[in-house]
Amino acid sequence: MTSKEQILAAVKASQPDLKELPSLDFFYQDNLNQDEDLAQFIETVEFIGAKTYRVNSYEEIIAQLQQDFDLKGKRVISPLNEFSTIAEKYTGADNHTLADAELIILPTHFAVAENGACWIDDHLFDERLMLFIPQHLAFVLKKEEVVPTMHRAYERIAGKSYGYGAFVAGPSKTADIEQSLVLGAHGPRSLRVFII
Amino acid sequence: MKVADHAQRAKEFNKDEKRVDWHDETLWFIRQKRDRASHNIPQWEELRNTASQIKNHTLSNLHHYLQEFERNAQANGVTIHWAANAEEHNNIILKLLQERNISQMVKSKSMLTEECHLNDFLGDHGIEVIDSDLGERIVQLAKEPPSHIVLPCIHKKKEEIGELFHEHLGTPKGSADPQLLTEAARQSLRNVFLTRKAALTGVNFAIAETGEFVVCTNEGNADMGVHLADIHIASMGIEKLIPQRRHLGLFLRLLTRSATGQPITTYSSHFAKPAKGKAMHIILVDNGRSRQLGRPDFRASLKCIRCSACFNTCPVYRRSGGHSYNAVIAGPIGSILSPNFDMKKHADLPFASTLCGSCSNVCPVKIDIHDQLYKWRQVIVQEGYADPKKTVAMQVMAKTLASPTMYRIAGKAARTTLKYAPFVVNNKLNAWYLHRDMPEVPKSSFGEWYSKNRKNND
Ligand code: SF4
Repeated sequence: MTSKEQILAAVKASQPDLKELPSLDFFYQDNLNQDEDLAQFIETVEFIGAKTYRVNSYEEIIAQLQQDFDLKGKRVISPLNEFSTIAEKYTGADNHTLADAELIILPTHFAVAENGACWIDDHLFDERLMLFIPQHLAFVLKKEEVVPTMHRAYERIAGKSYGYGAFVAGPSKTADIEQSLVLGAHGPRSLRVFII
Repeated sequence: MKVADHAQRAKEFNKDEKRVDWHDETLWFIRQKRDRASHNIPQWEELRNTASQIKNHTLSNLHHYLQEFERNAQANGVTIHWAANAEEHNNIILKLLQERNISQMVKSKSMLTEECHLNDFLGDHGIEVIDSDLGERIVQLAKEPPSHIVLPCIHKKKEEIGELFHEHLGTPKGSADPQLLTEAARQSLRNVFLTRKAALTGVNFAIAETGEFVVCTNEGNADMGVHLADIHIASMGIEKLIPQRRHLGLFLRLLTRSATGQPITTYSSHFAKPAKGKAMHIILVDNGRSRQLGRPDFRASLKCIRCSACFNTCPVYRRSGGHSYNAVIAGPIGSILSPNFDMKKHADLPFASTLCGSCSNVCPVKIDIHDQLYKWRQVIVQEGYADPKKTVAMQVMAKTLASPTMYRIAGKAARTTLKYAPFVVNNKLNAWYLHRDMPEVPKSSFGEWYSKNRKNND
């Protein structure tokens, strides 16, 4: 008997009588309100260490980034054409070459008000490491793309096919040393969310 | 069985009274953050109920979901392995690495690999494993096991970490600033991530419907390792399955709020398919889980999502420290899981509890933790692993540890104990009150308390 057969046989013999799978309807009895959801998202994501900016154009984002960072001689990467004046596109085959990325700017699909997370999957970018390797990360979020809860978030992606996707909520962080919060554990030291 | 094992190990920890108070307060602070986070969610109880039912359902249909998961993961281009026990799990990993001539691996948090003692096994075969979660890296450098499933080095003071980093990472002597120490670890581990060809991660949730799995971290260490490596190996217990992707909505709402009071971890990464040119392997591990599934009284322990809320709230854990449990998973849930692995070795753990029920009240998947601890006591006594008289003594000790009043009077009480239960003293009950000034108490108080306790627990 293979281990698979052995495990499956043991599980079958051990598992109790079938119990019902509960309905999730209860969690969809919410009032959707775009303005409130956006306000809650901004409050939450700032609370967990990100910065947010309400902008009307990509030019405004570029101006803000140039004000926040000294980008001279630094590597800035974005798959978005709108940032071609300050950023290169990553097309390489070896992602180790991203190790010196200072700033990466990525689009997002939507954000979640209750926890400040943004969802991004590989329909919007093809190198997974880009979320983690830069010193600083910036997201672009369309202002109407905010859902109130994780239930609504999964409603959006329930049937979607992707190879990789992630909820990202704030900059990388740790509190492993005496519970003191430090931003920039292994991933980005800062996260900016530009709401356009 | 040495009945006071847990107590003896707590002795080391309790030598330094200030440290015990600090440990206690730190964890209580986290418990309070959990309370605030959960009170912000009006549907919290419905979330717990529904998550509990989803887990109950999954366990009752696990045979089906395991196969569904395998089919869908394989269709995604992932290789699935099945490991009946720790040895098989470790050998699968060794083979995957040896086939590729890899002698160094980076690993993110995985309690399962702790359970399988993977690092030691691979080390014996000439393969170096570096733990990348900061807390795990710290205990790895200290050559200690994690003392907490979410906060592996919660027992360590920053000065001790400063010393370790001075020795291993070259930070200035005497520096204990968390910011500086974290930066040093960041630099050192970045180099590790960039040079490793294999990365291992744990799994928080696996989705039968899609064949994908989710890994939650705050640091980003799991993803840094995985995306820079050629091969990603994910180790998961067979109980990690949930039926559908949308069920994640509930579990991700509950997990981190219960753990640290954060609304969600920084990263909740969904791994469905390997990246171009890379390999992804998942090892499905039983290692005693199907046996636990077959125990009606204890199968609910398999619902655990490892949030650690029951640790943070437990008065015995907070005052005895994770290492006193001498088990891979400490705390209340560890005291239920461990006897399943080795009833003899861990016979003391179900007694290291006051059965106050605080654990069951905070558990996000509504495991009846304290009831199961009580049931384990019956089993352990019936199976002859404990002398019933001695087990009462363990309960006395747990109560003592948990109650400030009892803790204070324990000195006198223990002397009284000589009359009633000399075995307690032979087994060093004093572990819990050593180095404390004990006020005088009336002679009768322990006896009264003892007989009352017996009535409650016999
Ligand atoms: S038993 Fe419950 S409270 Fe304890 S770690 Fe598991 S899920 Fe969390």
